[in-house]
Amino acid sequence: MRATLGVFWDRLMEQRWLLPLLVAVGLALAFAIPQFRLVNNYVQLVMILAGINIILATSLNLVNGYMGEFSLAHAGFMAVGAYTSVLLTLHVFPVAAYPGLFHLAVLAGGLVTALLGLLVAIPSFKVRGDYLAIITLAFLMIVKSALENIDVIGGPRGISGIPRLTTLPLVFCWTVALVWLLRNFVYSSFGRGVLAIREDEIASELMSVDTKRVKVLAFMLSAFCAGIAGALFAHLLQFISPRVFDIVKTTEILIMVYLGGIASIGGSIIGATLYTILLEVLRPSTVAGLLSWLPAVVFDPLNEHFIRHLGVLRMIIMPLLLVLVMLYWPHGIMGMRDFRGIIPLRDRLAHRTATPRGATGHGAADSH
Amino acid sequence: MALLIATKVRHHFGGLCAINDFNLELHQGELMGIIGPNGAGKTTVFNLITGVYRASEGSIRLRESELVGMTPHQITARRIARTFQNIRLFRDLSVLDNVRIAQYSKTRYSPLEALLHLGRFRREEQRIIEHSRDLLAIFKLEHLAGETARNLPYGSQRRLEIARALATGPELLLLDEPAAGMNPAEIDQLMDFIRWIREQFQLTILLIEHQMQLVMGICERIKVLDFGETLAEGTPEAIRNDPWVIKAYLGADAVG
Repeated sequence: MRATLGVFWDRLMEQRWLLPLLVAVGLALAFAIPQFRLVNNYVQLVMILAGINIILATSLNLVNGYMGEFSLAHAGFMAVGAYTSVLLTLHVFPVAAYPGLFHLAVLAGGLVTALLGLLVAIPSFKVRGDYLAIITLAFLMIVKSALENIDVIGGPRGISGIPRLTTLPLVFCWTVALVWLLRNFVYSSFGRGVLAIREDEIASELMSVDTKRVKVLAFMLSAFCAGIAGALFAHLLQFISPRVFDIVKTTEILIMVYLGGIASIGGSIIGATLYTILLEVLRPSTVAGLLSWLPAVVFDPLNEHFIRHLGVLRMIIMPLLLVLVMLYWPHGIMGMRDFRGIIPLRDRLAHRTATPRGATGHGAADSH
Repeated sequence: MALLIATKVRHHFGGLCAINDFNLELHQGELMGIIGPNGAGKTTVFNLITGVYRASEGSIRLRESELVGMTPHQITARRIARTFQNIRLFRDLSVLDNVRIAQYSKTRYSPLEALLHLGRFRREEQRIIEHSRDLLAIFKLEHLAGETARNLPYGSQRRLEIARALATGPELLLLDEPAAGMNPAEIDQLMDFIRWIREQFQLTILLIEHQMQLVMGICERIKVLDFGETLAEGTPEAIRNDPWVIKAYLGADAVG
């Protein structure tokens, strides 16, 4: 029985129509959910957040996972995308009259951020590892203090009254499109160049990889995605301030990446989804609701000392999770592997060996 | 016709002079060896030719183009490839990807085509895969295409490294101690193999080696380095009988 199921599963996974079908079903759902109120607004909000987080995690994974650097700049890129798009929708585009212009604002947010990604790529020519991490941290702090000190855009108070233009279908489309772009990049000669840089930068150069160009492309693409995510995020929250995009936000994205697993698009999707859900589950009201069946003798002290403070405790639990994952589970859920459906068929076939059975198993770019 | 000409190359690390007045004229199709004791500067010569280090003085020309000042990937794209003394494969990547990465400079599609998987992308990717599999087949590694490079036995890793170097499409191949860690029988095979790839890929080969059996067996010309200086240069017979070389490197035992 198990064997038959296994064969069936294998066959199913081989089908070329599987992924387009899933996307089509997802798209239909994304439109149907707000239209017919299939789920309540809260669940919808969580779904949108999950989509934004998937964009953030997969794009950070390109630099931190595939390229093996440790960038902390991602929240800074988000901020640039958010502020750029908000300034456009509030002050430049007559979005109230032409809601379609919002898409242009989001795209502009991504493009401006990509240019900043170029700026961060330049130090990566010279330094690697810890030192590059410090430079990206500095970049994050520069972005934050710059935003805090420009009064026209609200300074430390930020900007409020942003129209809520981010919807579930829109986020779904952006998520699918950006994940697709990232996947295409990873499975191209540039993506292989990124992997080669992680393995051995000098050997990559000697094997004809233009490492500077590859780094620039990877940083720009990663920043572009983060900028889009920031733009979508701003028009969901309807309020942004420099504090929204601080090191805590970067830490969150890092947790998603390392929990899901480095150098894995599927891993980042899982990591971001899990993290989003976990964050919601750890709210005092949710935990209290989940544990309300406990007898009062147990529940009351627990509530008094723990559950009520979860809002603060989360800030300890989550970074602790990052430390634990990096120490004891460095490969995360899907490190260095990916779902078969994500790997282009061409690549899968090329890695297949002459052995007829069980041949797909162990390749680095192969999957479960 | 000279393929590679190095003239008066000097290189120093801080105060230490690693290479002094190095001259080399390598002809097309030639198989030349560089020998010398540890620390003689042999690998430094390779690093200077391939652009890992930039020569402090002098010039290295491939045909008409000056290589000093170029980045390694530019030099590799001008058809010079190398292997490493201590194998430097992309260890966590598949055997196939190791060979595919080496075709980076020969890949003709833009980042935009890569992002959309459109245009020349499909054709080029298919071409790269086919070429890679052909190369792997020649090196008897095809059945390992999906295997992670680090899992390969030592001998296969050595072969893969040469396959990867050839994937860049070189006309000049630099081999850094290809016989390291091999027994005499394996060295015999390696000699045949080097002759064969030279024929097959129409290569000019420059190799560094400690193994006298291999150097004397296949090199047409040998250059002896010590402390960054050239001690002698000539045919294997001439080198074997050069008194300086015997004294400084081969030792008294090697006579006769």
